[in-house]
Amino acid sequence: MRASTSSVHGGYNGGVEDIVLVLVIVTALAFDFTNGFHDTANSMAASIATRALRPRAAVAMSALLNLVGAFLSLSVAATIASGLVDAGLISLPVVFAGLAGGITWNLVTWYLGLPSSSSHALIGGVIGATLAAAGSGAVKWDGLVQKVMIPALLSPLVAMLIASIGAFLVHRVTRDVPREGRDRGLRLGQIGAASMMSLAHGTNDAQKTMGVITLALIAHGTLGAGARAPMWVIVSCALALAAGTYCGGWRIIRTLGKGVTDLTPPQGLAADSSSSATILLASFFGFSLSTTHVASGSVIGSGLGTPGSVVRWGVARRMFVAWVMTLPAAGLVGAGCYGIVNGIGGTAGVLITFLLMVVGCAWLFALSRRAPVTHSNVNEEWAEPAKAAPATGQPATAGQPATAGGHAPTAVVTATGPASSVAPAGPAATGPTLADDPVVAA
Amino acid sequence: MTSWIDLGALGHLLVVGLLCGAGLPALFALGVRVLNRPAHPGAAAGEPAPTAAGGAAAPALTEVRARPTVASFLVAGLCFAVVAAAIGLGIGFLVTRS
Repeated sequence: MRASTSSVHGGYNGGVEDIVLVLVIVTALAFDFTNGFHDTANSMAASIATRALRPRAAVAMSALLNLVGAFLSLSVAATIASGLVDAGLISLPVVFAGLAGGITWNLVTWYLGLPSSSSHALIGGVIGATLAAAGSGAVKWDGLVQKVMIPALLSPLVAMLIASIGAFLVHRVTRDVPREGRDRGLRLGQIGAASMMSLAHGTNDAQKTMGVITLALIAHGTLGAGARAPMWVIVSCALALAAGTYCGGWRIIRTLGKGVTDLTPPQGLAADSSSSATILLASFFGFSLSTTHVASGSVIGSGLGTPGSVVRWGVARRMFVAWVMTLPAAGLVGAGCYGIVNGIGGTAGVLITFLLMVVGCAWLFALSRRAPVTHSNVNEEWAEPAKAAPATGQPATAGQPATAGGHAPTAVVTATGPASSVAPAGPAATGPTLADDPVVAA
Repeated sequence: MTSWIDLGALGHLLVVGLLCGAGLPALFALGVRVLNRPAHPGAAAGEPAPTAAGGAAAPALTEVRARPTVASFLVAGLCFAVVAAAIGLGIGFLVTRS
């Protein structure tokens, strides 16, 4: 890997104020945390759903492997969205606004329980901020199509195909094997595949944030151009990613593990094997894929390949909508944040935007406490709202457990609401009114 | 269109992906199978097993498994060794890549 130089110009060229640098670093680490938090589901949702691992053991193991993976990648390129935007136009406010866009979209999709790509959220945020800062000429649209959009379209299909064939084969090979021995064996294999994914995730995703922080340090003048990431950057990014992973985005784990299809041990093994093989091989062949798209495609494929298994296409469609929305939505937030930063100007602009983001995150977190999903209820039966339910205009509980912390596997959600709603609210009466949110409305 | 996608690399990805992503779990499942063979192979092989008397629960799979033989240990060991080797290659790639 190269430790490439990246020129940083813009309003802060030459003399970035210390507080702006600190805010950018804190925001980058916060993004790293949401990245881990969001992507626990990719490597561990299937293992949790098939009960190969207990929920907390799964997130702990994934966190540890992400930590190890993060330390495997020591030569970090000081880049952000390289090849997608004109590197010369990336200033610290653009980086900051891009990160803010990524964090916001990550938290919104977490609240809705939707797996969406953290890389896409960051890329979208940075592109949005760049558009706001420098216009469309600064965005390399060709690169965006080639390096982001086409892989995003193809990777779930590839993973789906591999996982469906894998699930079919595993199902065929083990169909007359006594259930207990079969499940014990296949779960062990699944743990191996899921571990590979966690490790690969750590090597990929911690690097992104390390690169962003290194870039900021170079812009500030703390590091010389072409410098490599200092040890404290590597350690803090690795820890932020692992901490996020350990906290576990249970809402997303639930959707991916229980919502898409009812994963059996053969399906779990097939899904995780397909995901880790696709991710590692894509990296080997030089494609940049999103772990999220691959993992989601694999879970769907494992349902398709297993005779008698049902894929809940409503859930799959919501995930697909979230994928398509990720780039533009994070871009809008990124552009908006840049607008605020630039409109107010200077350090105050960055500080106020930062505070706004903190308030927004706290609000989403508070909303999520109305119907929390935790390690204790993540595996409860998935219940789609009844088709006949009257549309009250209130987003209702789509498959989220009705009771916080309840262990009863039969907690069937009977709340009313539109069948397409995805908001994991509490009882309909207390549902959040996110009606203007495009994903809810979709 | 072809300039946007490296079709050759995509083809390789698909072929190797199928071998590793679908073949390896199937091989692993084969290892699990030979260690956990049903006691009466024919009984559950085809369609739902003939229900025993009063088999309301319709247990398609017998819970009795045959004792693994030395040969089955060998076959299973071979299967698991191939899978382990592939995982080792994957880890090696992750470590050397950076």
